[in-house]
Amino acid sequence: MRSDRSTSAPLPLKIAAGAGLLFLHVPILIIFLYAFTTEEKSYQFPPPGLTLQWFAVTWNRPDVWAALTLSVKVASIATVIALVLGTLTAAAVSQTRFFGREAVSLLVILPIALPGIITGIALRSAFSILDIPFSTWTIVLGHATFCIVVVYNNAVARFRRISGSLVEASMDLGADGFQTFRYVILPNIGTALLAGGMLAFALSFDEVIVTTFTGGQQSTLPIWMLEELIRPRQRPVTNVVAMVVVLVTFLPILAAYYLTRDGDQVAGSGK
Amino acid sequence: MTAAVSFEAVSRHFGAVKAVDNVDLAIAEGEFFAMLGPSGSGKTTCLRLMAGFEQPTAGHIEIFGETAEGVPPYKRSVNTVFQDYALFPHMTIVENVAYGLMVKGVGKAERLKAAEEALAMVKLPGYGTRRPGQLSGGQRQRVALARALVNKPRVLLLDEPLGALDLKLREQMQEELKGLQKSLGITFVFVTHDQGEALSMADRIAVFNDGRIQQLGTPEEVYKRPRTRFVADFVGSSNVLTPDVAARLGGPRKDASLRPEAIRLGAAASGETAVTGCLLSSAFLGATHRLTVDVEGARLAVSAPAGSPVPAIGEAVTISFSPADLHPMEAA
Amino acid sequence: MTSATLPASITRRDRGLTGRLSDTLWRHPQLFVAILLIPPLLWLGIIYVGSLFALLAQSFFSIDDFSGLVTYELTLSTYGQLWSDANFDIIVRTVLMAALVTLASAVVAFPIAYYAARYARGRMKAFFYLAVMLPLWSSYLVKVYAWKLILAKEGILTWFVGKLHLTWLLDAWLALPIIGGSSLSVSYTGTFLVFLYVWMPFMILPIQASLERVPGNLIEASADLGATPGQTFRSVIFPLALPGIVAGSIFTFSLTLGDYIIPQIVGSSRLFIGQAVYAQQGTAGNIPLAAAFSVVPIVIMALYLTAAKRMGAFNAL
Repeated sequence: MRSDRSTSAPLPLKIAAGAGLLFLHVPILIIFLYAFTTEEKSYQFPPPGLTLQWFAVTWNRPDVWAALTLSVKVASIATVIALVLGTLTAAAVSQTRFFGREAVSLLVILPIALPGIITGIALRSAFSILDIPFSTWTIVLGHATFCIVVVYNNAVARFRRISGSLVEASMDLGADGFQTFRYVILPNIGTALLAGGMLAFALSFDEVIVTTFTGGQQSTLPIWMLEELIRPRQRPVTNVVAMVVVLVTFLPILAAYYLTRDGDQVAGSGK
Repeated sequence: MTAAVSFEAVSRHFGAVKAVDNVDLAIAEGEFFAMLGPSGSGKTTCLRLMAGFEQPTAGHIEIFGETAEGVPPYKRSVNTVFQDYALFPHMTIVENVAYGLMVKGVGKAERLKAAEEALAMVKLPGYGTRRPGQLSGGQRQRVALARALVNKPRVLLLDEPLGALDLKLREQMQEELKGLQKSLGITFVFVTHDQGEALSMADRIAVFNDGRIQQLGTPEEVYKRPRTRFVADFVGSSNVLTPDVAARLGGPRKDASLRPEAIRLGAAASGETAVTGCLLSSAFLGATHRLTVDVEGARLAVSAPAGSPVPAIGEAVTISFSPADLHPMEAA
Repeated sequence: MTSATLPASITRRDRGLTGRLSDTLWRHPQLFVAILLIPPLLWLGIIYVGSLFALLAQSFFSIDDFSGLVTYELTLSTYGQLWSDANFDIIVRTVLMAALVTLASAVVAFPIAYYAARYARGRMKAFFYLAVMLPLWSSYLVKVYAWKLILAKEGILTWFVGKLHLTWLLDAWLALPIIGGSSLSVSYTGTFLVFLYVWMPFMILPIQASLERVPGNLIEASADLGATPGQTFRSVIFPLALPGIVAGSIFTFSLTLGDYIIPQIVGSSRLFIGQAVYAQQGTAGNIPLAAAFSVVPIVIMALYLTAAKRMGAFNAL
């Protein structure tokens, strides 16, 4: 006898999926716990006591603030560049037909398809060949390059959902190319761009591998953390910064999720 | 009088595909013109050439006597009702309808008033604040119509506008469209693959196949005197006769068509041709019986009014028709 | 609507500069594409591809053993050094690790993806999506740091194992050659765990996407035809999910291949490709060898992507 498909999953699958999710989340929760530990010298577990004092200590550390400021600055500029370049590429690839489209999309994906160390060392050797000194701008240059793909992916997905006849309808009703962009295309891809921008910001904010090659003496927040990991100075401060970084990156991710979720429902109802 | 739209030897090729191939046509002002054909026959491409979404690879297009090549869609006083309606999902209904006026710089109060009027005209007054997603297919279709008409186009292009509607709604919209066209006096160019729709609505029909116009004429001409086998087959159902059979039935030795409803059961009246054959099958279709009669190896479909006595299958039957209904066609 | 004054058939209202520009672009679609593409192509083509070629070019130079300066003569001798025992070991070690991480990622990711694709609905589905996306996007270094806390000798894992009275098992594991070490945080086992943790989320979404394309009735049909769940998995679900697994493996494999931070922070002192590149270009100052080393993952990924494309993995991305 065959029974109907049960709507609930078999127990072993539930256990395996649940264990997998636990594996993903427990380490992040541990970060939160350690931010409050009273132990200074080691990673002792369980923490001998809990305290809030390290938040105050971290707050008063100028090196943390400097790293955070640089990270935000770099991520903001890189995001703006990536937004412009990613949107242009997405528009060209999805709205028009031209020879070499495949090559262009490959070119956009390449900076994240290849290991970051290759992008990093390639940029570094180019800078040294051209005698370009390291600066905030050399970091931005690298970050914008691999952020383009994030914006591009979001924009292309949304462009595909816009029925091609919307653009034609707009032109048919008397709108020229610029009016069509402003009144029809932009409102329909706006949330996708915003989401892409959020993700690009998060990606740049967190990037460490390329930055080690393009940063010179400057420290972004991830570089600061990396140095603390290799040569720990004050572990509790690192713990607090780690927790703050997790919280700060969650926000754009959640925002991007809600933006694309609602946005795509709207765009999907076009037909 | 200048034609509303005229094509002179227009072709539109996509690589090796001849979507439109050497088409000539002239659509008169105020005409309800249908372009009929199967999918891929070139009718929609012709419509897109008129709207300006495509450019001809050869030939010349005029809209009210002015050259249309190189003129972008937004500079033509031609508006389109799209097959999928293409309503802007991020705008309300009234914003959709007022869009054309907005981009032309018409003031807000004026364009909203015009949009409300247009919505009333398509029997959707008070729907302005809704969004396209909240409307039914039939309602969206009316909005698309209002959005095009509010611009007072001189030619309205309709791309299979009734295709997505169910049968009842389609029949109702056919009448409304026809009425609207008469009262507005605008030239309508209508693309459809539904021959019934074309026959019932259009003043003239162009039948398309393989990028070419097979026949251009009034519905009656196209129906009764199909010029080619394709037209005879595609428009209604017809008995397409080979030259031999046509000659045997008293016509010239050419391909010919004979409509099933032109054939009558029974002996010839004066001036009619009669032949005898054997009844192969019969099907009741409601208003009519559909009979298949074998006449010396040629199978003829006969449409007999319901209620008339139907012979038993296998019996010999006599059928008759007027020689004028045996219509010779071109070989193609 | 029956207005008497109909506009001219073709409106000629001048729209100023933008209108004329719009007309021009409309008449020349190729120009339009070019204007869209020139900025991104300049950026990616000059900055990125240019740098890559600059790097690639360096791999054909060599370093003078005495002066330590780069000799600008074309040679393949730098590539020859890759085949020396020490360097070749690094390549084999890295590829082996990438392959193991990829396999383990597929095993851990599959149940999550399968549950999300087939059983999660509505809010549950959104929960699963976020539960995968948040760890995937959260800070790489923080994740590595978390594992340093977990794997440290006095850390949570040792404590947990002790509570379970399994310390003997952990000690036995650490006593094993190669994969063992004085503590988990300085062993290959530790490196492997962190790689798995950091890159595994990239496997889940592609598998889920490919599973969502499997119609539920296909699984019912298989059961209906008498297949056991195991047979259905082997002959229906797994083959259909394979493009997704391959797509996910592109990420896990590539990311492991190029990483140099994880093995530096958690692991034994033996090098991976990324560390070798870093060391050669940094402290050793041997840019040609660093460049030659970085060509290795490029070549491996090119082969990998070609194979993946044949398997239709790109449709699952």
